[in-house]
Amino acid sequence: MLRVHPMAVLDPVARLGRGGLTFFQRLGRAHLFALELLRAMGATLARLRLAIEQMYSVGVLTFVITVVAGLFVGMVLGLQGYNTLVDFGAENSLGVLVALSLVRELGPVVAALLFAGRAGSALTAEIGLMKATEQLSALEMMAVDPFRRVIGPRFLAGFLSMPLLAALFSAVGIAGGYFVAVGLLGVDAGSFWSQMHSSVDFYDDVMNGVIKSLVFGAVVTWIALFEGYDCVPTSEGVSRATTRTVVHASLAVLGLDFVLTALMFGG
Amino acid sequence: MASRSVEIIVGIFVALGLAALLVLAMKVSNLSSLQQGGGYQLTAYFSNVGGLKERAPVSASGVTVGRVVNISYDDRTYNAKVTMEIRKQYDQFPIDTSARIYTAGLLGEQYISLSPGAESETLKDGGQIRHTQSAVVLEQLIGQFLYQKGKGS
Repeated sequence: MLRVHPMAVLDPVARLGRGGLTFFQRLGRAHLFALELLRAMGATLARLRLAIEQMYSVGVLTFVITVVAGLFVGMVLGLQGYNTLVDFGAENSLGVLVALSLVRELGPVVAALLFAGRAGSALTAEIGLMKATEQLSALEMMAVDPFRRVIGPRFLAGFLSMPLLAALFSAVGIAGGYFVAVGLLGVDAGSFWSQMHSSVDFYDDVMNGVIKSLVFGAVVTWIALFEGYDCVPTSEGVSRATTRTVVHASLAVLGLDFVLTALMFGG
Repeated sequence: MASRSVEIIVGIFVALGLAALLVLAMKVSNLSSLQQGGGYQLTAYFSNVGGLKERAPVSASGVTVGRVVNISYDDRTYNAKVTMEIRKQYDQFPIDTSARIYTAGLLGEQYISLSPGAESETLKDGGQIRHTQSAVVLEQLIGQFLYQKGKGS
């Protein structure tokens, strides 16, 4: 006869509790990490050269995928928007549709998702391997603060690259929409630009998009760096951390986008 | 890779990003048309502004000469007070100019149309347009039409 310990009934409850505790411990460590990061920002700003070097791997290497994705997203928007608008004889407003959806939403969000996949995962893997091969401990042994030398510059690079990438995404997307609308579908070029020009507001639309992308840049880079710094220092741990970066950063971007949109355009 | 070429490539990247932002500011949004010099302000009282919004265009003979900057309700005259900013180069509107609220197309946005009068004196900054005609409210028109129809039969 199978003998079960009387307390074994509570095992699932214990597992739930352990999961919750792990979650909150990680959340707490992530915030302590952010605090440490902010404390190191002064030293990072004093040595901008390090951040510029990081902008190459974080920003420049994400450039191509951002531009290509922006072009195609803009072209699809032009094509789909035309099919809907032409039923109402409003195809001249296609420019407004393409520009507003790119500048307000798709530019910051899709660029941030690409950024999380391309640059965020690379950052996690890099920091995670540094931890696994004990390079971070070696730095500490030499009295070099890894936050000032390694993590701070990467954070600043991500924070600054994101709005530039989002702006590029939107601009290239609008060019793609223009190409499809005017070049292929025969929308009037003058009304495409002039309606866009009169409907898109610089502060309400363009600047809010820039604020969004700054927030996304900070959050995605923070998650990526923390996952790398907090990973289990084995090859399996690094691979898990990289996966978690992409999943968590993408979810955070989409969730924050809703909150920011509600704050900016909802009220 | 050598440090200098990395810096140059990052520089190109930053310049491209800023250029994209500039394109969004100048070509896509209305920043450039808002800041074309200053302007002077005129006010007008309407009994009903309908769906007129701030930043709606003010036009004369179909040409945009300014924008609506503020709409408020004056509870002494029980009228809507519309403040508009007219561009500096159009400062020759006579004092008996009249303002009407029109709709662009059947469902388009509403705008103010100015028709110049015949006086030789011109409107100055802070001046008031005395002759105004309110927005046409479609529901009112339909109501009147139905009422007359009912009386006629």
